[in-house]
Amino acid sequence: MTEAEIKAVVLRVLGGIAPEADLAALDPRASLRDQLDVDSVDFLTFIIGLHKELGVDIPDADVPKLATISGCVSYLASRVNKQS
Amino acid sequence: MPSLGADMEAGTLVEWRVKPGNSVKRGDIVALVETEKGVIEVEIFEEGTVDALLVQPGAKVPVGTPLATIRGETQLAQPAPVIAEKPAEAARKAPAPPVSPVERAPIPSPSARRPHISPLARRRAEEVGVDIAAVEGTGADSSITIADIDRAASQAVQPKAPATAAERQAGLRKAIAAAMARSKREIPHYYLGAEIDMSRAMTWLTAENLKRPVTNRLLYSVLLIRAVALAIHDVPEMNGFWIDGAFKPGQGVHVGVAVSLRQGGLVAPALHDADKKSLDELMHDMLDLVNRARAGGLRSSEMSDPTITVTNLGEQGVETVFGVIYPPQVALVGFGKLAERPWAAQGTISARPVISASLAADHRVSDGHRGGRFLAAIDRLLQEPEKL
Repeated sequence: MTEAEIKAVVLRVLGGIAPEADLAALDPRASLRDQLDVDSVDFLTFIIGLHKELGVDIPDADVPKLATISGCVSYLASRVNKQS
Repeated sequence: MPSLGADMEAGTLVEWRVKPGNSVKRGDIVALVETEKGVIEVEIFEEGTVDALLVQPGAKVPVGTPLATIRGETQLAQPAPVIAEKPAEAARKAPAPPVSPVERAPIPSPSARRPHISPLARRRAEEVGVDIAAVEGTGADSSITIADIDRAASQAVQPKAPATAAERQAGLRKAIAAAMARSKREIPHYYLGAEIDMSRAMTWLTAENLKRPVTNRLLYSVLLIRAVALAIHDVPEMNGFWIDGAFKPGQGVHVGVAVSLRQGGLVAPALHDADKKSLDELMHDMLDLVNRARAGGLRSSEMSDPTITVTNLGEQGVETVFGVIYPPQVALVGFGKLAERPWAAQGTISARPVISASLAADHRVSDGHRGGRFLAAIDRLLQEPEKL
């Protein structure tokens, strides 16, 4: 998968959790939890959504790497492309 | 129309999920009802066959209005109201007239109300979703004809346009205002706070989550909910309702979880039997409940059942919650921010994760001494997370 494809998945999963958010306006390097009104339940739902969409396991120790959109994309790209 | 919380006065029927003649059992979803808190799935509390639908989609009716009648398997001659209210709520409410629901049912018995109708017209009625009990027959002996059915179908109440987000928001604000004003007016609150050392709980949780796949991961808030539910076994007077001047203990421990909604406002639907479920079951149910609260799709029992409420505002950086009890409940437990603090124990000071727990409780039911025992029990339970 390309990084652009992974980013599209990340934004789609985010859109399901925060439908009111303007995802295009998010700063990819800033914390998602600071930019969106999401709590720990939303964030866990987000991680579960990424796991289900991309079929990669995300160990709890790696969750801090998913705090930003660019963090999500680079982490997930390494996991997805390692598997395939 | 069931009461889906102390602050609800009326609801709009959105859609029937059953038709006359369908058999239903306890827990089935029979209708969708729109309230200020969104569209709620209404469950049925008895078993039998749907007899007549009394309220059409689009109609807004007060709480207590019979929505439909069902024939019970054992009481064929007596239609009973489909949506039996929970006894606790029924006892509390004033608007319902003091007659039994069976007497209020407009049609005395299935045989007396059966209109003359041909099989063809009956089939047409089922196809177009017309309730034949509400159709006036113009055929011979006032029998109902296909033309009558078609006319009734064309005149059927057109569903109202769904409320706009702004209207729903204003309604929700009004509902919260009514419930909270009643709470502050009627409930003599007392407040207690305690700092709880969370180091054992968080060490256990971190180790546990490292072993778990992402779909089975636990959040610390589920440990808090579980501890509150179990602490109720020690101090049961925190769990239940104040109704008509007396405390009525809750049937089961149904923990209301305060969920803030994206558009503003909050709901506090129930996690049923939180004292009997494992942490894994509670976690699964909590994720499902919170996501449904935000996306729509809560069930009627979840709205009307909570016997105590837990609110966790720590993620917003709140140190301590000073809670307002949701009437007719009698207690609310609030949790603040989980943060590292200096903690003195056994003569040394160390940095530990600490959370502030607070209790708002109804002084008509309990006193500070019992409230203190309740908070102490929550603390004790959180020191043995593996046993939760």
